[in-house]
Amino acid sequence: MNHYLGVDIGSVSGNFVLLDQFGKLKSKLYLRTQGNPVKAIQDGYTFIKNNLSNTTRINGVGVTGSGRHLAAILLGADVVKNEITAHAVAASSLFPAVRTIIEIGGQDSKIIILRNAIVHDFAMNTVCAAGTGSFLDQQSARLNIPIEDFGQHAIKSSQAVRIAGRCGVFAESDMIHKQQMGYPVEDIIMGLCEALVRNYLNNVGKGKKIEAPVVFQGGVAANAGLKKAFSKVLNLPIEVPEHYEVMGAIGVAVLAREHIEHSYIPTVFKGDDFIMDGDFKSKSFECSGCPNICEIVCIKRDDEILAYWGDRCKKWETSINEPARNKLRVV
Amino acid sequence: MKITFPHMGNMHIAIKALLEGLKLEVIPPPPISQKTFELGIKNSPEFACMPLKINVGNFIEALENGADTIVMAGGWGPCRFGYYAQIEKEILNDLGYDFDMVILEAPDSKIQELLKQLKAIGQNVTFWEFLKTVKYAWHKLNSVEELEKKLEHILPRTIEKNKAEQIYEQGLKKIDKARDKNEVDWHTKQSLAEMDKLPRHQEKILKIGLIGEIYTILEPSANYKIANYMAGLNAEVTRSVYTSEWVNDHLLGGLVKPSNHQKILKSSKPYLNYSVGGHGRETVGNAVDFARKSFDGIVQIGPLTCMPEIVAQSVLGVVSREENIPCMTLYFDEHSGTAGIYTRLEAFIDMLRRKETGQIATI
Repeated sequence: MNHYLGVDIGSVSGNFVLLDQFGKLKSKLYLRTQGNPVKAIQDGYTFIKNNLSNTTRINGVGVTGSGRHLAAILLGADVVKNEITAHAVAASSLFPAVRTIIEIGGQDSKIIILRNAIVHDFAMNTVCAAGTGSFLDQQSARLNIPIEDFGQHAIKSSQAVRIAGRCGVFAESDMIHKQQMGYPVEDIIMGLCEALVRNYLNNVGKGKKIEAPVVFQGGVAANAGLKKAFSKVLNLPIEVPEHYEVMGAIGVAVLAREHIEHSYIPTVFKGDDFIMDGDFKSKSFECSGCPNICEIVCIKRDDEILAYWGDRCKKWETSINEPARNKLRVV
Repeated sequence: MKITFPHMGNMHIAIKALLEGLKLEVIPPPPISQKTFELGIKNSPEFACMPLKINVGNFIEALENGADTIVMAGGWGPCRFGYYAQIEKEILNDLGYDFDMVILEAPDSKIQELLKQLKAIGQNVTFWEFLKTVKYAWHKLNSVEELEKKLEHILPRTIEKNKAEQIYEQGLKKIDKARDKNEVDWHTKQSLAEMDKLPRHQEKILKIGLIGEIYTILEPSANYKIANYMAGLNAEVTRSVYTSEWVNDHLLGGLVKPSNHQKILKSSKPYLNYSVGGHGRETVGNAVDFARKSFDGIVQIGPLTCMPEIVAQSVLGVVSREENIPCMTLYFDEHSGTAGIYTRLEAFIDMLRRKETGQIATI
């Protein structure tokens, strides 16, 4: 049986999915990268591998997320894609009629507008991460409520308090103020959810026309309070897909399948031994070739140099032989 | 007198030729690097735009290399830029540098005034020598631009992208070093021919119009080389501004070559009927122009806090709907990570390609 692996290495989590040749999800894993994407990739792959029967074979690999270049080198990826395209492909393969995708992840949030299953317009948060998962994480830690239960607390509220949504720092000081005044914690959390929704619509949505069906995905879609707040503010039903947290990975797995099936190019996937047995190390140094003083990163497996990046002039990047580099080309 | 000037794209090649022709010793600032950025950011007001910060960095580096006179454009426009020469002078004085600053009150003023000012900087230059050197500098400017346009055409089409960039860089250096018109012509011809010979692929080329603030468009280090990045994704980028056109329209009164400036201003109607400072109106006009020339998409760029571009951006939404062309806006400030910029551009190009062919490009 041919299977396709999709990997999404984001700022907070690493997501892994395995699709069969009909695009059905066979296994999935959501794990926190905890600042060590290399280990997350090795652990994630090992988990997926252990769940495989002997007859299944990985026939293609797609990677996405801000750590996609690293993942491409460690795994050998057939498709290296940005998160926006990956999320759009995943949502439209599950919900062909989708017209709006709201995606909120660890450090970024996006809106994708689709018309006839084609991306028509999109936007991503630019300078501010106030409405994203990291901020929710921080607040749940401060209130000592596990992030998994955050949404359940929120929907218990009957009357959300007003919290400023303009900026994460202001939101936090508002929350502390309301908490010291004695408002119930559920109402404060629901107020935070509504503030984040307003922040998202102003900073990311920026007047784009949001039409149903709306799909809400990304790690933050786990929060039932946010789903309720979006539904209330937009006055539209909000759909959260079953595998909302790994949609990016599903998207690139679908793209990897399309690529392999259409191009007849064999996969460049490097296999179990390469990933599981190797000792991957990275090293950084400053290049003194010119006044740019670029910070160069070198990725090594045991003693073999796999990649350089970080140099503006491409002196280091191109020092590795051409065929190896071509496989890593990001399109 | 050891004279220097700010960088803006490849303009230094022509400016150097001009000033040397005026019998001046020229010390151009070193190429813009991380160090330039750091010096500029450290010594400029935080809320000023990136171009001012890069100017300041350029000047500090040139003064450290021994320059004692700075030539800078001034004037009453087109935006805050009109004050930049004065502010930069104050900043450098506060830092304790000893230098003269010559401010060319050029943009949109009378050509005679500019020529008079330029001639006054020169050291005992006769009128004929002066005319000859202006002509020579103009020739270098146009030769450089031929290379730039060739690169814009070849880079998305060739499979040897690194090689194309190398030929281009070397060509620029040779034109810079050339001592007379014949040498310039020879090196230009050689480089153009070399680029033409590079092997090509057969994939569909998307056409992108690059519009926005002039400095950010012309200076690749201020826009993280996004034109080359998009060319890497097989998209051909056409700029709304080329240096020679700007010089022709704003300094030479549109006399030297045919100008489409009036046409662009007309295209901005009915979306934006008034000047909003800077090149805000030109940005809207160019967007309409690109849309009507059936470009696939438009990327607007500018430095963060650029008011004219913010005004233009708010109008572009309507242009995008009415003229049916996807637009994306990117503002640049000091980032060290380019990943966010490239992620958005890649997604934009994917979107255009999918619209065009129903396919997403994989490797």
